[in-house]
Amino acid sequence: MISRRDFLQVGMAASAMVGASGFGNWARLAAQQSLTQDQLLEFEMFGNISLIHITDVHAQLKPIYFREPSFNLGVGSNKGAVPHVTGADFRRLYGIADGSPSHYALSSGDFAALAQGYGRVGGLDRVATVVKAIRADRPDAILLDGGDTWHGSYTCYHTQGQDMVNVMNALKPDAMTFHWEFTLGSDRVAELVESLPFAALGQNIFDAEWDEPTDLFPPYKMFERGGTKIAVIGQAFPYMPIANPRWMFPEYAFGIRDENMQAMVDEVRAEGAECVVVLSHNGFDVDKKMATVVSGIDVILSGHTHDALPEPVLSGDTIIVPSGSNGKFVSRVDLDIRDGRMMGYRHKLIPIFSDVIAPDADMTALIDAQRAPYVSELAEVIGQTESTLYRRGNFNGTWDDLICDALLSEREAEIALSPGVRWGPSMIPGQDITREDIWNVTSMSYGEAYRTEMTGEFLKIVLEDVADNIFNPDPYYQQGGDMVRTGGLGYSIDVSKPQGERISNMTLLGSGEAIDPSRSYVVAGWASVNEGTEGPQIWDVVENHIRTLGTVTVQPNNSVEVTGA
Amino acid sequence: MQLTRRNMLMLSTASVAATAMGTFPAFASLTDDEIAEITGGADLGEGAITLTAPEIAENGNTVPIEVSAPGAVAITLFADGNPVPNVVTFNFGPLSASRSASTRIRLATTQNVVAIAQMEDGSFQKASANVKVTIGGCGG
Repeated sequence: MISRRDFLQVGMAASAMVGASGFGNWARLAAQQSLTQDQLLEFEMFGNISLIHITDVHAQLKPIYFREPSFNLGVGSNKGAVPHVTGADFRRLYGIADGSPSHYALSSGDFAALAQGYGRVGGLDRVATVVKAIRADRPDAILLDGGDTWHGSYTCYHTQGQDMVNVMNALKPDAMTFHWEFTLGSDRVAELVESLPFAALGQNIFDAEWDEPTDLFPPYKMFERGGTKIAVIGQAFPYMPIANPRWMFPEYAFGIRDENMQAMVDEVRAEGAECVVVLSHNGFDVDKKMATVVSGIDVILSGHTHDALPEPVLSGDTIIVPSGSNGKFVSRVDLDIRDGRMMGYRHKLIPIFSDVIAPDADMTALIDAQRAPYVSELAEVIGQTESTLYRRGNFNGTWDDLICDALLSEREAEIALSPGVRWGPSMIPGQDITREDIWNVTSMSYGEAYRTEMTGEFLKIVLEDVADNIFNPDPYYQQGGDMVRTGGLGYSIDVSKPQGERISNMTLLGSGEAIDPSRSYVVAGWASVNEGTEGPQIWDVVENHIRTLGTVTVQPNNSVEVTGA
Repeated sequence: MQLTRRNMLMLSTASVAATAMGTFPAFASLTDDEIAEITGGADLGEGAITLTAPEIAENGNTVPIEVSAPGAVAITLFADGNPVPNVVTFNFGPLSASRSASTRIRLATTQNVVAIAQMEDGSFQKASANVKVTIGGCGG
């Protein structure tokens, strides 16, 4: 029988995501007929500085499946621009062969079939192998964690982030910035940050009362490598108190604060920085705009919107490097810094194919030690799936369809709302659904599943408000999530319209009737940002539902009609 | 004495002349009318005044606003979607070390914050910023 590794070596096309020299080399690389660890790590050392970027791990210590979105609309000046290109269009743009490892890693289409062949991705023990290999090449490489690290799993929830801190510390990062970490609550965040043996950065993390910088989160850190000074400036997620519950971290204010970013760039340049790197949790389009507003940034290591691109995007004089999510990718960026400026770069987005990259044994042991107290709870099989379960996409994913169904039936509601977060691994047909799998797509510190009444008018306000957080043509007004998912409610959306005019044809799917603005509807949802929200935890709601179903089959969802794209 | 931002805030508070003018409904045209009242219809320049406001308010009940116009004798802030758009006027005397001020204002809904500065030479400057007030959602 053919093993997966054999399959990968003989099968399909191509390897390697070497980006630096333009679109052209993709097709050429596709001619190679193998995939090995050496190939994935192959990199001709360049210049005098190496950066390693990992971001949005969402506490995924072990390899998982992760389906990239098939629906990712850009608006305004970003219409049709990467990362708002998906599937076959994406592959054509970068010259990626259908069925190739790059197809599977970077784009949607034939996901379940390719997942069978190429296997799981990620795993921080594999990431450790990659980081070690880069350090063997360049011992003083700078490892930067873009945040959303201490959130997203059963063990992370039960250890309040300690499992991730322990594992990441073993990777020895040089700096980190933040988003979901703050939903642990400000006391716990302070406790963990004070324990870190590396810098916790955020030029936009301010004291809320006085609107001034904090001591806990310095704006930047200077590194010296072979006589060259590099400044790394942190940029935390700007809209934490809006997108997440403000009451959990009332001491802090955020915002984009690009005027302060400019001041910090000027400050580090004045202190002799020859290279300025921003470790960002802005999201890709916000980073792209910030690079045109703030001058003097060489590299933005981009997180938050979970995009993975095989080569950097140039915005102004800044290269933007997005490095995916869930431990699926590590970016290596080599820089040639001479005479006080960046003369060139070489980049590679390294996909962490878990069956190709050998796990680092020490790291595997450390990860297993974090999980050991919880192994029986994690592994309990709740049901099976016959469908691909995924979340990413602007409007709906099958995981959220299943979660909305769970809310409708378990909470006896007419309409269900599920937040448009972008985290959460995928599952493929035939897999057992374990408790760990359910927690991977629901775990959070405010997971109460509420049941309430909303008028039709208010439901429209909710949809319009969230839609503007995604489809406002100015990236600075975008919060980086996807559209709120709805169960029992269909609607039409014209993404090109202004707020208040995008949503129409709201329909109660149960009866087929138009939503009445003045009528009250019973609505169940989860992840409310309001303090004092009551209800059972969403993971228990979903677990009960799946246990009742036994085998999950998710039907195609045609309840949202999209125009204006 | 070096003026820190905190001192500046205290000084500014002392010279604040908050105005509440009647109970007219809030329309952008109301703001335009009040601006015309201040300027007597004079042209509004741009560039010599800086208004710093968040793109999206973290809390619509207390939105930090900072305004700076070197050479200004007075700066008035308007919130064109509030029931009472005229928020505050900061007056600066000849001894004011810095013609800037910070405050926090309440914004009823997504709207423009407009700052009008009267300069020492009698001319006027204008800056505006759109501040979004959202019910919140969920980011990636």
